[in-house]
Amino acid sequence: MELIAFFVLALLLIASAIVVITNRNPVSSAVALAFNLVAIAGLYMVLDAQFIGLLQVIVYAGAIMVLILFVIMLLNLREEAKAHPAGTFQRILAPVTALLFAIVIGRAVWLSAPSSFPEKTEGFGTAASLGKELFTRFYYPFEAISLLLVVAMIGAVLLAKRKVS
Amino acid sequence: MQGVDIIINLLKIVIVFSALMLCVSIMTWVERRLSAVIQYRLGPNRVGPFGLFQPIADGVKFLQKEDIIPAEAHKLFYILAPALAVIPALCAFAVIPFGPTVTILGKQIGLVILDLDGGLLWAFASTGLGVYALVLAGWSSNSKFSLIGGLRSSAQMISYELPMALSVVSVVLVSGTLRPTEIVAQQAGSFLHWNIFGGGFQLLGFILFTVAGYAETNRNPFDLPEAEGELVAGYHTEYSGMRFAAFFMAEYINMMTSSALGITLFLGGWQLGLPARWLPEPGWLLWGAQILAFVVKMAFFQFLFVWVRWTLPRFRYDQLMNLGWKGLLPLSLANLAVTAILVVYGVVGH
Repeated sequence: MELIAFFVLALLLIASAIVVITNRNPVSSAVALAFNLVAIAGLYMVLDAQFIGLLQVIVYAGAIMVLILFVIMLLNLREEAKAHPAGTFQRILAPVTALLFAIVIGRAVWLSAPSSFPEKTEGFGTAASLGKELFTRFYYPFEAISLLLVVAMIGAVLLAKRKVS
Repeated sequence: MQGVDIIINLLKIVIVFSALMLCVSIMTWVERRLSAVIQYRLGPNRVGPFGLFQPIADGVKFLQKEDIIPAEAHKLFYILAPALAVIPALCAFAVIPFGPTVTILGKQIGLVILDLDGGLLWAFASTGLGVYALVLAGWSSNSKFSLIGGLRSSAQMISYELPMALSVVSVVLVSGTLRPTEIVAQQAGSFLHWNIFGGGFQLLGFILFTVAGYAETNRNPFDLPEAEGELVAGYHTEYSGMRFAAFFMAEYINMMTSSALGITLFLGGWQLGLPARWLPEPGWLLWGAQILAFVVKMAFFQFLFVWVRWTLPRFRYDQLMNLGWKGLLPLSLANLAVTAILVVYGVVGH
């Protein structure tokens, strides 16, 4: 059952990802990306991490992608007439970079994948267990990230203000 | 999951789905009759007794209408948008407990489709996806009225999601759980134990939630995305027939989900609001009364939705944004801070 769900979701994920990068229409790309993010949430659910899965939908699919769509529509971006011609550098560098990236990711997965996964603990994936971990073991990283977000927010407000005056 | 459980779950889904659809059709009649009463008219009273069969006539009319797709529309998204409006609206209702745990033939059945640990998040995730329908409908119609309607809806939904979510967070602080069934169970006993009163002192939170709910469901006085006076019909200007009806269905289902969430969080859900010693023994008498209590509370909020729509004038767009960002958001933040302090000092909390 879980295996079927995984393969269906994985297929949807890859298909929507391909649509995101190949489609010329920015709105179609954005919708495909939203679809992709919901499919990832589905993968989290299959892994019993329902809290992360739901947050994924709320934050990424529900808020961030809507903002991106909003901007695309506000600028009234239309279909690109033709693809930008790729330069010589791009032609050489793109496959090299892709290959390097694949090697790095493959190596990381190879090294970190355990031969057997630990048993699911009691209350795994719930808001309570995640909250406990965040505010005990990962307290300092968690606070550092929130500080980083505040800095980014202040920066955005400052940039927006300067443009107006 | 065993075969019996699957059948029970399917039954629950079918019952809730049909009840919602029935309520939608009743609500279209209520809306028209009630608006007529408010405006000192009669309203539709020809089809059946009191015009009660009017929704059937409307449905037949919608089915017969020509399905028009504008020539310059983006076909896929144009066809997809009405479905995207209805499906998330229906999904959100899955986590709402509409009754207590009942025992049928020695089997315990909770009257909720999806008893999820993060149930509240599920509701928010579903309603959050509903905005795609409005945005895509507005964009794909390729009409300036639709586009402006879609733009307005996305800005409005994102702005009012914040105060709504923050008022819900206050309730979560008080109850210490995201599971709707537990939140309802905590509000048992006298109605003074409801979260809006002694249970959590969330009167302000409840008001904020309700106001934000009106904006989230695009209802007057916040129906800017479909403001007739300026945008013809906003994001669904170009739609006709059943596709147009689908947007209406989604609006009514969203109204019901939003009031059901408000009832669950603040007004004790299906609890009768009476001290335990006054209640009869658990049995069909009690369970029936509790389900009825939920229905009555829902009906009151639907009435309120209609009453407000036909009484208040529409906000201007800048007034809407000012109210959201300078009024509701600071108030909901203050409410959250005060609630957090009260919870830390043990004044409230379960």
